[in-house]
Amino acid sequence: MALREHQRAGSRVGDRASRILGGPGGGRSLAIATLSTAVVLTALGLVVVTSPGWPEVRESFFYGPEFRESFPDILEQFGTNVQLFLLAEAFILVWALVLAVLRSLPGPVFFPLRLLSAAYTDVFRGIPTILLVFLLGFGVPGLQLSGVPSSQFFWATVSLVLVYSAYVSEVYRSGIESVHPSQEAAARSLGLTQLQALRHVVLPQAIRRVVPPLLNDFIGLQKDTALVALLGVVEAFRQSQIEVAGSFNYTPYVATAVIFLALTIPMTRLTDWLIARNRRRELARA
Amino acid sequence: MSFVELEGVHKSFGRNEVLRGIDLTVEEHEVVCLIGASGSGKSTLLRCVNLLEPVDAGRIVVGGTELTAPGVDVNRVRREIGIVFQSYNLFPHMSVLRNVTLGPRKALGLSRAEAEQRADELLARFGLSDKRDAYPDSLSGGQQQRVAIVRALALRPKLMLLDEITSALDPELVAEVLNVVRELAAGGMTMLIATHEMGFARDSANRVCFLDAGRILEQGPPERIFSSPTEPRTQQFLARIVEAGRL
Repeated sequence: MALREHQRAGSRVGDRASRILGGPGGGRSLAIATLSTAVVLTALGLVVVTSPGWPEVRESFFYGPEFRESFPDILEQFGTNVQLFLLAEAFILVWALVLAVLRSLPGPVFFPLRLLSAAYTDVFRGIPTILLVFLLGFGVPGLQLSGVPSSQFFWATVSLVLVYSAYVSEVYRSGIESVHPSQEAAARSLGLTQLQALRHVVLPQAIRRVVPPLLNDFIGLQKDTALVALLGVVEAFRQSQIEVAGSFNYTPYVATAVIFLALTIPMTRLTDWLIARNRRRELARA
Repeated sequence: MSFVELEGVHKSFGRNEVLRGIDLTVEEHEVVCLIGASGSGKSTLLRCVNLLEPVDAGRIVVGGTELTAPGVDVNRVRREIGIVFQSYNLFPHMSVLRNVTLGPRKALGLSRAEAEQRADELLARFGLSDKRDAYPDSLSGGQQQRVAIVRALALRPKLMLLDEITSALDPELVAEVLNVVRELAAGGMTMLIATHEMGFARDSANRVCFLDAGRILEQGPPERIFSSPTEPRTQQFLARIVEAGRL
């Protein structure tokens, strides 16, 4: 009896829809969720504010006047992060698709292309992003080659594109492989060439399916734009370091975190919503 | 020379020999039904005729062109041979109209207007005009399969291959699809049909071939195959079909 009550209030068996609130059960579920959240948050809050070091931590990390003073400057430099993110994302979307398509070409003729594409993803997924940023950002301009850009913003963008396109091409590839081979057979049976079948039948379905995981990778990219600070490019994180050095107060770091969250949280929610919607559609289809 | 000629066609998947020497001819305007148990090689045979599966040995000639010769333009060959699959295989991200016009536009190079006119004529002929802008998900199995037939016809093929096209349908939807095939037969379309619908084979085929373990064991006019099969395997197969109440 108790078990049945529990199931009625909780979620349906097999319901793995990606969401936080809502679901079957109605008002009772919501009440339980609200109560347990309030209890947990209160307990956590008490642990923090009753800790011995809390007064000092509050002064150095959550100091109101410092927050108000540094926030506008950091926000202004955050424009560099957004610019970097948008630029890198555009190149990643295209370059990763090229890599994924090369990897998916069948037949022995294309073996070298498949091999190169696989090697690329292995290498750039294997190198820590921070190392690549250092290697390219300091190494390439150090060569002093004429005609090669020496801007560190440029090489930071290149590093992020190289690393993230390796991840994103794997996401694309999983999408391409999830399209049933009978779809390609149907397209080929209409006399379409392999490339036409890919372009009109396989890729449109593949890309639609991988939008949520793609967004997921872009949330990671948004955060990693902070790595360019290491090259001396002034962006939000670098600016917060400057502010901290000027006041010996860590509040600017918290301000930077708030700014990043303001961008990534909506994107995270959107991703979850898209995943839930895709799942609903799959269920409706089956 | 017959319109379709197969000589000694062999096909294996790994160590599994699915076709073990198929000899078969189909005359122009003839309707030939392939019957036999699941796994006897009916579907593989059709896929080989459309070059969706490369053959291991043997010759396939359609309309005077040897498809199995080296250097054949497979895309050109496929434009002249329509195939309809058991699982419809419509493109789920395209409307009915785009499903039907994709082949004519991309493979034949027709303009959008020409392709749409051709599609509209066919959709009207098979009672699907009101589904023109619908997506495959919203159609019944029977409607989807009729759209798949229209999609293949839009290329104006000289030969149609039908691969158990009613096997995935609810029983009450089988008739609407078979009526389309009967209409095609009446219009003189040359067809090679793999089917489990024995009643349909009996009343619509010019010839029935019984496949067993990758060979054509017996063939002839449907009256003879269904009433007095000579091979023990054919007799056994048909006895089981009758037992199941499907003939």
